[in-house]
Amino acid sequence: MTDLTSLTLAEARTGLANKTFTSLELTDAHLKAIEAARALNAFVLETPDRARTMAREADARIADGTGGPLAGIPLGIKDLFATKDVRTTACSKILDNFVPTYESTVTSQLWRDGAVMLGKLNNDEFAMGSSNETSCFGPVTNPWRREGSNTTLVPGGSSGGSASAVAALLCMGATATDTGGSIRQPAAFTATVGVKPTYGRCSRWGIVAFASSLDQAGPIGRTVRDASILMRSMAGHDPKDTTSVDREVPDFEAAIGRSVKGMKIGLPKEYRLDGMPAEIEKLWSEGAAWLKAAGAELVDISLPHTKYALPAYYIVAPAEASSNLARYDGVRYGLREPGRSIGEMYEQTRGEGFGAEVRRRVMIGTYVLSAGYYDAYYLRAQKVRTLIKKDFEDCFAKGVNAILTPATPSAAFGIGEKGADPVEMYLNDIFTVTVNMAGLPGIAVPAGKDAQGLPLGLQLIGRPFDEETLFSLGEVIEQAAGRFTPPKWW
Amino acid sequence: MSVDAATVRRIAHLARIAVADAEVSHLQGELNAMLAFVEQLSEVNVEGVEPMTSVMPMEMKKRADVVNDGEIADDIVKNAPATDNHFFLVPKVVE
Repeated sequence: MTDLTSLTLAEARTGLANKTFTSLELTDAHLKAIEAARALNAFVLETPDRARTMAREADARIADGTGGPLAGIPLGIKDLFATKDVRTTACSKILDNFVPTYESTVTSQLWRDGAVMLGKLNNDEFAMGSSNETSCFGPVTNPWRREGSNTTLVPGGSSGGSASAVAALLCMGATATDTGGSIRQPAAFTATVGVKPTYGRCSRWGIVAFASSLDQAGPIGRTVRDASILMRSMAGHDPKDTTSVDREVPDFEAAIGRSVKGMKIGLPKEYRLDGMPAEIEKLWSEGAAWLKAAGAELVDISLPHTKYALPAYYIVAPAEASSNLARYDGVRYGLREPGRSIGEMYEQTRGEGFGAEVRRRVMIGTYVLSAGYYDAYYLRAQKVRTLIKKDFEDCFAKGVNAILTPATPSAAFGIGEKGADPVEMYLNDIFTVTVNMAGLPGIAVPAGKDAQGLPLGLQLIGRPFDEETLFSLGEVIEQAAGRFTPPKWW
Repeated sequence: MSVDAATVRRIAHLARIAVADAEVSHLQGELNAMLAFVEQLSEVNVEGVEPMTSVMPMEMKKRADVVNDGEIADDIVKNAPATDNHFFLVPKVVE
């Protein structure tokens, strides 16, 4: 039998349906791969017993013909999703040994559809980071290395564990979340496919909150088709999240292979940065040429407020984070450090429990919301956000169906290489953050490699709730670029 | 705008985060780097622009004013660091 971990999710689905192998065999193959890949630090908690129980249940359902769309498919879950009776930490010391008594809506839908949980995946603490180096469980290693080099590279972040695990074939797909690029940037760094859906498409209920007006769950998959299959199960209206949209969930997979002929693809001139590596520039032109060859029409567009998206994000996101993270007070759950008074207990608990990046962002957020500064910072940033969204609306009103950009300004970098200056790290999200600010859907698709053999990705940005077009266009890029798998060294 | 050491201490207190004296100057540098970075927003003309309140326009949903969950006190206190029956325990608040 071929190695079951090398199949795509779609191929595994066929194999399970045809009884070529069982979910238990498929699950065991992945559990073995996880065990052998502990050096990557992608999983912060392995749940093999639960995985095998779920796999046996899936096998029984497949046998009696009641298996759901993901029946028997083993997945990894970002540790930001609350999983009932399974430790959930957001990779922060402050959540300590938190064991939820409830299940997040998104993961409950995956189990409803028959998926199998392999374990919880590493991420940046509270999803704050672009390299997965801020996790209290330590950094994740990218399965990709520069050719002829042993330097360990970051997988990107904050969904670094998800991206690393999917790229290293440890799980068939993974859940992830994206507040400023946390699905698409790690996908680009690891040659996986990452989808950030339209704001409101997936319920945020039961996901540890970072910045509620920007947070959105989405899948990381091995292929565009795999991501589309996962999306269908993850999406859907949830009365428990008032920002979740009451709208029918399309069969995203049906969009794969749909003609893109006549579609207008915008190329925003503001994404052509000074000093952008020539390789990124070349990749972008190649992607545009592939879409053109498939019948799409390329148009130059302008998104004039692009350069203000990142600074506005670094007001809005920390402000919302400072408010959301106020709940970690050492009283109801998580870590408690003793203090002589309740005030001292709060301060000691939060001082000890939050890592450096989280502390920095909570403090900036507190400052920009404090009396006398609210108008100058927060209110102004929310006005700029309106302008950023309007830039996109103007383009879509002119008939643009989707926008093509690079996913990241560089390939993966070394662990410990960046971070002395926080702003340098933030610049990683320069191409992805606009999408969150405008609430739009975006997809990152592997499109090539740099001179050192590291993967690079392209991003497609769509109209609100038109993820289907992104899947159609993404598959065109995937077909032209091919798939990329890292040579196994771990 | 930039923050001085006293402001850093004030923010830390507002955020209820204990910060050691030795960390203040380092934090001050980091916060000022972030504030310098966001400073460029002041060049944007935002006159007459509505601040964003909801990224996807939608009518606010309301649910029926009925009890639809509850009787789960055990669950609520399950992860608490200190409890007594179904109460959370905290250091003495009132003398």
